[in-house]
Amino acid sequence: MTSAQAETAETTAVAPSKGLFRRRAKSVEQSVLFDEPGPRARRRIRLFNVFGAIAIVAFVVWILYRFANPPQGENQLSWDLWKPALSADAWIYFYLPGLLATLEASVLAIVGSMVFGVVFGIGRLLPVRIVRWISSAVVEFCRAVPVLLFMIFFWRLFAGMGFNDGAAFWAVVLSLVLYNGSVVAELVRSGVGNLPRGQHEAAIALGMSPLRSLVSVEVPQALIAMLPAMITQLVVVLKDTALGSIITYTDLLQESRRLGSAHFDTLQTLCVSAVIYFIICYILSIVAERLPERLKRHTIGVVREPVQAPIAILDPSNVLAQERASERELPQGGAEPLFPDHYHGSNAVVTDAWRYAHMEHGHDPRHPDEHLKTILPESVYRKRSQAEDKAVRSVWGDSDDEDAGDTGDASAKDEKK
Amino acid sequence: MQEMMTLLSNYNVPAAFWVNVQLTLWSALFSLILGVILVMMRISPVGSLRGFAVAFVEFFKNMPLTIIMVFMLLGVFVQLRFQFSSTFSTNFYWLAITGLSLYTSAFVCESLRSGINTVPLGQAEAARSLGLSFFQTAGLIILPQAFRGSVAPLGNTLIALLKNSTVAAAASVATETSTLMKTMIEYNASMIIAVFLIFAIGYVILIIPIGLLTTWLSNKLAVRR
Repeated sequence: MTSAQAETAETTAVAPSKGLFRRRAKSVEQSVLFDEPGPRARRRIRLFNVFGAIAIVAFVVWILYRFANPPQGENQLSWDLWKPALSADAWIYFYLPGLLATLEASVLAIVGSMVFGVVFGIGRLLPVRIVRWISSAVVEFCRAVPVLLFMIFFWRLFAGMGFNDGAAFWAVVLSLVLYNGSVVAELVRSGVGNLPRGQHEAAIALGMSPLRSLVSVEVPQALIAMLPAMITQLVVVLKDTALGSIITYTDLLQESRRLGSAHFDTLQTLCVSAVIYFIICYILSIVAERLPERLKRHTIGVVREPVQAPIAILDPSNVLAQERASERELPQGGAEPLFPDHYHGSNAVVTDAWRYAHMEHGHDPRHPDEHLKTILPESVYRKRSQAEDKAVRSVWGDSDDEDAGDTGDASAKDEKK
Repeated sequence: MQEMMTLLSNYNVPAAFWVNVQLTLWSALFSLILGVILVMMRISPVGSLRGFAVAFVEFFKNMPLTIIMVFMLLGVFVQLRFQFSSTFSTNFYWLAITGLSLYTSAFVCESLRSGINTVPLGQAEAARSLGLSFFQTAGLIILPQAFRGSVAPLGNTLIALLKNSTVAAAASVATETSTLMKTMIEYNASMIIAVFLIFAIGYVILIIPIGLLTTWLSNKLAVRR
């Protein structure tokens, strides 16, 4: 069990209320590398803390000093430069229209990439080989090509085809749709892969075609599980719309550059737009982080722990090569096997004795195997006493010269007969 | 095909890709160093350092790369007059590397942190009970295993970094691929699709081996538990 799993297991087990939840999680996280410190260590930590704080403050002060006294330029902290960057006119004529353009492109792009992602995600899961290959090729291609190249290409293409005013906007939207859509397609694929196998089997058993099963049974469940990842993707989209400023799309960044070049205070206007971008993205990130908890309340636990929230990682499509590599189909509808699976022979010769040797130590009455006891006669699962064993063998005509420790093999033979 | 050949003979496309690869390698190096420092700060017992690392990572994670690049050019260079070199192109090159490194280090830190999550608690406890200090525990026990566990996310970060190196165009690095592509399209508007395909295929060729290598490495290096 990894420490992350241990953490979640412990926190969910311990803490129903929210404040408690967080305190508990924090202490677990802290205890990974250092123990609850004693008085001396605490004094030392406090000392380092003060030094660290001083160093950070000094660093910030140095940066501000550098801003105030650049080697050749003017004082960047003076109100003359900040005033035009923060005035009401700047907001009304530059930041807000720019922000609107940014949001417009991101909303269209996220909707488009959902559609693209679901279509190609299903395409990659269908049993028709040609469809699967084509959608895999499209998805892999769109993931590998930098968004900026897509944007420049579509921008020039659209301009060449004659739409002049909307060229930059549609180039931004389309390239974001292609890239993020391919990421969403991967999310759909892994989300469906995380569903219990029985969902698909049940749908097929009801007479649905594989496509029908994906569309009405599997993908809807996967979509709920991947909602947090989707929101993280929204952050990526929002950040990537800023690339549009390179192809002259008048988004927030472009507007703040224009404002800055009018008053020679680009640094200040960039700071303002950076803060705007940061606030929006940060709120979305927090929502994405909190969402799984909330979702758990609204859905029954159909899906295994969703694809690890990819906030950690640059490209959310990393649905973790590792995690995928370690994935295997669990027997018995997803229940963890009771005993360690050391036996790598044929399943046909899992004998009673072997089963007992491995199950004795971890008895779990809720385990599916226990169900056997309610439907099978006792003699199947009960460990035989030596006397009984002897009796059974004599009935079947076994020779008695095998030693008693070898009951495993003996009962295997029994089964075969 | 014929078009692509003429384009390739008229323009030095490999040189442009080489600039991107160089940008990627330098930024990978610096962001790896910075990322390791950040992740050490993040897991340290000292509250102020931890707070700083969290703030740094959150800031760069939620900031568009383009704005960082433009800031490097218009803010740091034009207004603060900060320069690495008196030659314009060298200066822009290093400014772009600085921007990319700062941005990527946040993601390197997060990848490493996800790697640390794969190290069982018992490892740290065992290290503590042997009497190792924080730096010894982190440096000898936790980080080596965390590195092995975070090969996959680090590889993805590297791929994203290679793709992000095209954004150096926003910091006026004129010799890299996206700028060259724009120039080529301007002069060969009729062959726009061929131009795009040259660059797209170039990136696919660069990225697929990285992906395969990281998948192979992450399977080979992952600590089996």
